[in-house]
Amino acid sequence: MKRSNAPIFWLLFGAGGMLSALLGTALVFITGLAVPLGWPLPGDLLTYPRALAFAQQWFAKGFLFVVITLFAWHAVHRIFHSLHDIGVHNGALAKLVCYGGAALITIVAAVALLSIGF
Amino acid sequence: MNRKAAVSKAYVRPMHGWWRRDPFFVRYMAREATALAVLAYAIVLTVGVVRLAQGEAAWNGWLQALRSPWSLLLHAVLLVAMVVHAKSWFEIMPKTMPMIVIGGRRVGAATITRSGWAATVVASIALLTIAWWLRR
Repeated sequence: MKRSNAPIFWLLFGAGGMLSALLGTALVFITGLAVPLGWPLPGDLLTYPRALAFAQQWFAKGFLFVVITLFAWHAVHRIFHSLHDIGVHNGALAKLVCYGGAALITIVAAVALLSIGF
Repeated sequence: MNRKAAVSKAYVRPMHGWWRRDPFFVRYMAREATALAVLAYAIVLTVGVVRLAQGEAAWNGWLQALRSPWSLLLHAVLLVAMVVHAKSWFEIMPKTMPMIVIGGRRVGAATITRSGWAATVVASIALLTIAWWLRR
């Protein structure tokens, strides 16, 4: 019997769902609202030297990679399984677009984070 | 009448907008739609790390884009979606996880849900504290 690859995608969906439930709200607030508005966090929190130094630490680099990829894999899995509900056929093409999109985000994030250096 | 014509004349219940018929389904779709926000934020962050890798000018352009009214509006929507996601994720969790037995008694659904929400509050405070601490 061929082993199913479904548990892998389900695991990524679950892990990403948990991580985004725990951290998503605060992360969106920090990077998308508080820092751009300069309140309540200072507007210069993410200046280039500071952001670069942050992303060069292995722990922060790993954190960024895990957040980006798990959020992406969680989202595409959920979107793929909702397609039928909105009348879109969830066939091979939809699968390719959804999971291919997450794979692309994973590769782009990995290349960018590695090229930032340590 | 051949069989094909009979099939095509048979009544088919229209499914368009099915989820708007019942508040339960509306909540279900709102919950599933939070995935769009999670994906959007993953893309925003991916663009961020790419711009950071490209150098100071590119990074400053990304920061500038985050300050635009459209970006602020987008992130306000994303923030609401993330709250809905966190709320519903832990509401569903008792149904998706294995039973937990402590002291011979099954841990109740409400306890699991509240523990999850509490964990989100603690994690959010921790992240904000770290961000505040990184400002120096």
